[in-house]
Amino acid sequence: MTCMKQERKNAMNNTGKSGKFGIFGGQYAPETLMFALDELETAYNKYKDAPDFRQELKYYLNEYAGRPSRLYYAERMTKDLGGAKVYLKREDLNHTGAHKINNVLGQALLAKRMGKKKIIAETGAGQHGVAAATAAALFGMECEVYMGKEDTKRQELNVFRMELLGAKVHAVTSGTMTLKDACSEAMRAWAANANDTFYVLGSAVGPHPYPSIVRDFQRVIGAEIKEQLMKKEGRLPSAVIACVGGGSNAIGTFYDFIDDKDVRLIGAEAAGNGVDTKYHAATVTKGEVGVLHGMKSLFLQDNRGGIMEVYSISAGLDYPGIGPEHAFLNDIGRAEYYPVTDKEAVDAFCYLTKTEGIIPAIESSHAVAQALKIVPNMSSDDIVVITISGRGDKDVKSVARYMGVEIND
Amino acid sequence: MTNNRIDTAFKNLRENNETALVTFITMGDPDIDTSKKLVIEMEKSGASLIELGIPFSDPMAEGPVIQEANVRALDNKDGITLDKIFDAVKELRCETQIPLVYLMYYNSLLTYGREKFFERCTECGIDGVIIPDLPFEESGEIYDYTEKYGVYQISLVSPTSSEERMKKICDRAKGFLYCVSSMGVTGVRDGFNTDFDNMFAKLNSFSDMPKCIGFGISKPEHVAALKHYCDGVIVGSAIVKQVAAGSTPSEKINNVKQKVQELKEAAAE
Repeated sequence: MTCMKQERKNAMNNTGKSGKFGIFGGQYAPETLMFALDELETAYNKYKDAPDFRQELKYYLNEYAGRPSRLYYAERMTKDLGGAKVYLKREDLNHTGAHKINNVLGQALLAKRMGKKKIIAETGAGQHGVAAATAAALFGMECEVYMGKEDTKRQELNVFRMELLGAKVHAVTSGTMTLKDACSEAMRAWAANANDTFYVLGSAVGPHPYPSIVRDFQRVIGAEIKEQLMKKEGRLPSAVIACVGGGSNAIGTFYDFIDDKDVRLIGAEAAGNGVDTKYHAATVTKGEVGVLHGMKSLFLQDNRGGIMEVYSISAGLDYPGIGPEHAFLNDIGRAEYYPVTDKEAVDAFCYLTKTEGIIPAIESSHAVAQALKIVPNMSSDDIVVITISGRGDKDVKSVARYMGVEIND
Repeated sequence: MTNNRIDTAFKNLRENNETALVTFITMGDPDIDTSKKLVIEMEKSGASLIELGIPFSDPMAEGPVIQEANVRALDNKDGITLDKIFDAVKELRCETQIPLVYLMYYNSLLTYGREKFFERCTECGIDGVIIPDLPFEESGEIYDYTEKYGVYQISLVSPTSSEERMKKICDRAKGFLYCVSSMGVTGVRDGFNTDFDNMFAKLNSFSDMPKCIGFGISKPEHVAALKHYCDGVIVGSAIVKQVAAGSTPSEKINNVKQKVQELKEAAAE
C-alpha cells in the first residue's frame, strides 16, 4: 500500500463516530444539537448507498440540475498560456448557476426521507440560499434562510430571488452580520426546531456528519472529471484546481483524486487585499487551529481567541474557517493551498471572459488566477483542470465597481 | 469528599434542604470592576454558585441577550482578555469562597493553552468550566487536565438526549448536572413543554449527582414551578438583562441585586 493510501486509510479509520480527519473535524456542538446530529448520521448512513435514494438523486441531478456538467477544453487559453493543456469543469452551467445545487438536492432528498417538512439554510452571497430555496420549491417544502444583514444589503437581488422561490429570509443582526453569524444563527434556529426541521448546510464545514455529507454530494464533480478526461485524453490530469472558502467545490473536485498521488490538488483561497493586510480570508495561509461551528479546523483568529472578521471581494469565500478535511489534506501535504488577491481574481475574471467567452464567478476566478500562475510553467504534456464552480453574472456589478466603472440599475 | 467548592456547596444545600440559585454574568459587561462587584452583590443577595461568562465572538448556544453582552464586553475600550478575567477572579477570592465556574466556548480555552488554562484555574480559584460546544464526545480534549487540576467540567444534558446518552453523561459528571430545560438557546421563553417528571425520573435513576435546571428561567414563578424537580435553578439572560438595563454601574448592580433577591425568595419559599 502506498504511503498516501495508508494515511488516507488512517484518516478514514479516524472518521469513526465523531468524524475526525486527523485532528480536525469532530462534533463540537451543543448538547441540544447532539440528538439531531445523531439522527442525521443514522439517516444518512441508511440512505446514502440505498439504490432508490441514489437513483432518485441521480434523476434530479441529471434531469433537473443538468448534470453531468461539461468538461470543456479551453483551447484559446491553452494556446495563450503556452504551458499545460487547460480544461474547465463547467459547474457554472448547472441549474441555479453553481455547484451548490449538487449538495442541496442531496440534502433535500435526505430531509424528505427523514420526514422533515421544513428546511433551513445559511447563506453568504446568497448562492446556497437560492439553491436551498430552489430545492424547497421543487419538493414542496418550507424554507427559511439565514443571511447576515450586511449581506442582505449587498445582495438584494438574491434576497428577492429567494423570496420569489417562496423562502423566508431572516436578516441576521448578531456579530459581524455576515456569513459566520448567519451560520451561527442557523444552528441556533436548528437547535430550537430540530424536531421538524432539516438544516441544509451549504459547505463542507460544521459538525460531523456535515463535512462528509457535503463532500459525498459534491464528489460527483471530481468523479465526472476523471471519467470525462479518461474519455477525452485517456489519462489523469496533472493537477486539479478549485477555489476554497469553506471548501465544498474543492473537496468535491479533489476527493476522487486523493489516492492518485500524481495528481496535484490545488486550492485557491481568498487573499483579499493581501495576506499581510487585515483584509483577507486566507485561512490556510494565516489561520490557526481552533473550534467553531461544531468543528475543529483552521480559523483566522485574533490574539484573544476570537474569530476574526474576514474580507474578500468574493462573498462566497468570505468565511474565517475551512472545511476540516481540507485542513487535514493540508496537514499531511496531500493538497496545496495558495492565496489569491482580489486584484488577481478580478484580472482572471476578465481574462477568462475575454479569452473563452465564459464569465466565471468571482469565487471561481480565484482558481483561474492560480492556474494563470502555474500553467505557463508546466509542460505541454501536462493537463490542468480548473473547476469553474459558478457563473459570474452575479458579480458583474461588483467587478465594475472594483474597476471604477459606474453602472446604473 | 473533595475540596472542590462546588461539592461543598451542594452538600450544605442538600443538608439544609435548600434550592441552589445559580446566577450568571458576562465578564467585562460593562467592565471588569463592575463584574467583580456584581459577583459580590449576587452572593450577598442569595446566589449559591456563580457562572462567569467568558466573552467570545461567536457564542453559538446563546440567545440574543447574552450575545449582546458578549459584544459589549468585547467592544470595551480596555479590551477584555482571559488573563484579565483570571486576575479579577484571583482578587475576588480574597473576598468570597462562593463556587465560581466559567461558562466559555472551547476556542477560548484551546487558544489560551489547555495546561496553562487549568493551571490558572487552580491558581486563581475557578472550580469548574461549562463549555457548551464541548459535548461528551469531545470531552477527552480536556479530561486529563480537569483530573490533574481538580477543576470540574460541568456536563449538560438536554430533554432530547437519549437515555443511553444521559446515562453516559451521568456516569462521567462532576460537580452538578446542567439540565437544559427545553430545546433552543439561552434566553427567555414563553413556557416549557418539557416533561420534567419523566426527564428527572430518568436522570435520578442514573445518578445522585446534584441537578440544576437552566435555559429560559427568568421569573420567580419559574423558580417556584421548577425547583421541586431538582437541586437548583440557573438564571442567566434575566440577570444579564438587568445589567444591560442600568445606565450606570451602580444602577446595574442595584438592578441585579433586586432580581437575585426576588429569585432567591422564590427558591427559599
